[in-house]
Amino acid sequence: MIAEGGLAALWLAAALAALQLVLGIMGVRSGRTDLLAAVRPVAVVQGVLTLIAFVALIWLFVTVDLSVALVAANDASTKPLLYKFAGTWGNHEGSMLMWVTILGVAGGAVAILERRLNERTLIATLAAQAAIGLGFYAFLLFASNPFARLNPAPVEGQGLNPLLQDPGLAFHPPTLYLGYVGLSVAFSFAVGALVTRDVGAAFARAMRPWVLGAWILLTLGITAGSYWAYYELGWGGWWFWDPVENASLMPWLAATALLHSVTVLATREGLRAWTVMLAVVAFSMSMVGTFLVRSGILTSVHAFAVDPKRGTFILALLAIYIGGALALFALRVGTVREGSRFDAVSREGALVINNLLLSAILGVVLVGTLYPLIAESLTGEKLSVGPPYFNSAAGPLALILVAVMAAGPVMRWRRDDLKAVAKRIALPVLVAAIAFLAVILLAPGIRILPLLGLVAAAGVGLASLAPLWKRNLRRTPLFIWGMVISHLGIAVSMAGMAAESAFTRETLVATQVGATHKVGPYTVRLDDVQPIAGPNYTAIEATVTARRGAGAPILLKPETRTFPSPQTETNEAAIKTVLDGQLYIVVGKPDDQGRWQLRAWWKPFVTFIWLGGALIAFGGFLAMIGRIRREIRHAPPPEFV
Amino acid sequence: MRKAALAALLLATASPLLADSLMPAAPYTNEQLPDPKQEAAAKHLMESLRCLVCQGQSIADSDAEMAGDMRSLVRTRIQKGEKPEDIRKWLIERYGDWVSYNPPLDALTWPLWVMPILFLGIGVWIVSGRLKRRNRK
Repeated sequence: MIAEGGLAALWLAAALAALQLVLGIMGVRSGRTDLLAAVRPVAVVQGVLTLIAFVALIWLFVTVDLSVALVAANDASTKPLLYKFAGTWGNHEGSMLMWVTILGVAGGAVAILERRLNERTLIATLAAQAAIGLGFYAFLLFASNPFARLNPAPVEGQGLNPLLQDPGLAFHPPTLYLGYVGLSVAFSFAVGALVTRDVGAAFARAMRPWVLGAWILLTLGITAGSYWAYYELGWGGWWFWDPVENASLMPWLAATALLHSVTVLATREGLRAWTVMLAVVAFSMSMVGTFLVRSGILTSVHAFAVDPKRGTFILALLAIYIGGALALFALRVGTVREGSRFDAVSREGALVINNLLLSAILGVVLVGTLYPLIAESLTGEKLSVGPPYFNSAAGPLALILVAVMAAGPVMRWRRDDLKAVAKRIALPVLVAAIAFLAVILLAPGIRILPLLGLVAAAGVGLASLAPLWKRNLRRTPLFIWGMVISHLGIAVSMAGMAAESAFTRETLVATQVGATHKVGPYTVRLDDVQPIAGPNYTAIEATVTARRGAGAPILLKPETRTFPSPQTETNEAAIKTVLDGQLYIVVGKPDDQGRWQLRAWWKPFVTFIWLGGALIAFGGFLAMIGRIRREIRHAPPPEFV
Repeated sequence: MRKAALAALLLATASPLLADSLMPAAPYTNEQLPDPKQEAAAKHLMESLRCLVCQGQSIADSDAEMAGDMRSLVRTRIQKGEKPEDIRKWLIERYGDWVSYNPPLDALTWPLWVMPILFLGIGVWIVSGRLKRRNRK
């Protein structure tokens, strides 16, 4: 009954999306207030219905209803409750239902919360949101029904990929999806504003909190995903330039660019057409990402439950929405008035460079990710594009971007003097130069990218605080704090990446119980290896003692787990976090002489990578609160910052 | 994609590379070279070689048996004094470009390297054009 109820809710939601689209188009064309007024409630009910369908699926998973095909294929009564719950979206159909639910709920939220925007533009926005929804409802109902029954029901389900049986599954995919699909709101706003020829500061201010929200969640999702891969895959890697990772990075890059250009539009009425274009591109990247991940046409370390046949469906949706939006853009871009003017040396100028570099990095990631596919389909030759390419192509661009980031926030709007700007960032430049000398002296032979990363992190870390200089800190607006903290987060994260890649120490040995080995500043001893039993797995647990100089011994217990359903082995690394880094230990298989594989890493300041990510997101959160509070307090808000 | 992985697997089994794995542990599969400089060179190379039977992992961070055999091969050859790029070439001859994460610059791959420069060039051109127009006004 629950499955049928969920399916019915989904069909109803799809019907309401169709209604929302038709009412929206009719209302915007005729301007009739009764039609316009009907759209908001329809959007809200549609959102509620998708939520009901999603909750129904969660319920089926938690209660392990094996008569539902999806549950039987991905759930098992022996799984811990958390993974029954989170397993709902650890598969294709469930994750697509989550996608559509977020889309519907976001549309409903816009309908409830958005009060400042011109009513016609808002209704056009909701109609665009419904149009996106309609395609993805069709995809769910015709090609990936999550509620299909299985007759006869099996006695036990097939379980969940053990790599996914981790608390990360409860947090990472929903956050990332919220960010992905949150960008649909920016897309719909852009389409709405193009339809009613209403691209201006009011539109930018209405769109900004949504962009910020999606961007915060994307940042958190990527950061969490990186840490999850780091501790789960058991080799200490935290970013692989893997297609699925790139799929999440591309919307983030576009959203970051959008975040900055929307500020120019909201405060200075500049970059109108460009901002609209970016809003379209950002959500297009989300859809491209969904296509790459869900179609299974790419080989990925994070691939799970993929089906190539469905790729065509998503590809068709992609073509319709991106093509449609771009066509609308081409038709209407002539009606978008040119924005206010500014000099090359100005805050706007710096933000234009920011957008240019972010777009170039996005281009590199997009080309690098898709190129193997294109090359193979054209010539039949298989080739790989991996970390060496992305590091050497995107790395330098990112470094320039970060250097511009140091100067941008201390520049004035409209017009500034190059000498004055140079004076304002003289101190950070000096610090960067000192850092350069210090690193070269202390770590000779360091590779160029980590070296420049450390130098830029030092300079930018200081420069990011410059906007607070000579300000009354208690009266500094929240969004300034937000910018400062986010930029500081970039510097912190970059310092972590550079330190990790330059100073990591690795020890790989086959060792007997009782033998000691050195890794970085630590001495590591394998004390014991014991079999243990978990809730739905058995494991080999090693006991390892680590000591730093004459310090107190640290006890670490890495495991190799064996899951019966489906049959898989996973490594559970034991990680000790200290102030200046992490000690990362993995136990592997025994060899024929009874020696155990032991992998140990000392990773100085590796935690800064994710700490920086959290800071970036926190800064975004402060900015969002600050902007919303200001919007509520001043209506209409002041034109200057 | 699966077919390709299978073909790669068969190829690998046909080579003497995997025959080693039936004997007691191939040297340096999970152990480092004694010379830190050689190990660093080997590590750098291994990080840019694809594990052919895995889902997008390098041989430096994979538990697969074949990745282990390839690690052994890379480390043994580095120890013998072979240049990393020669080992990469040898592997590419054997398994095709698929095995290397570092795409070569050739007739098939030049757009990869030209596109980023092109993007940047177009961007700079558009921006400078607009700024000039603004200044004239």
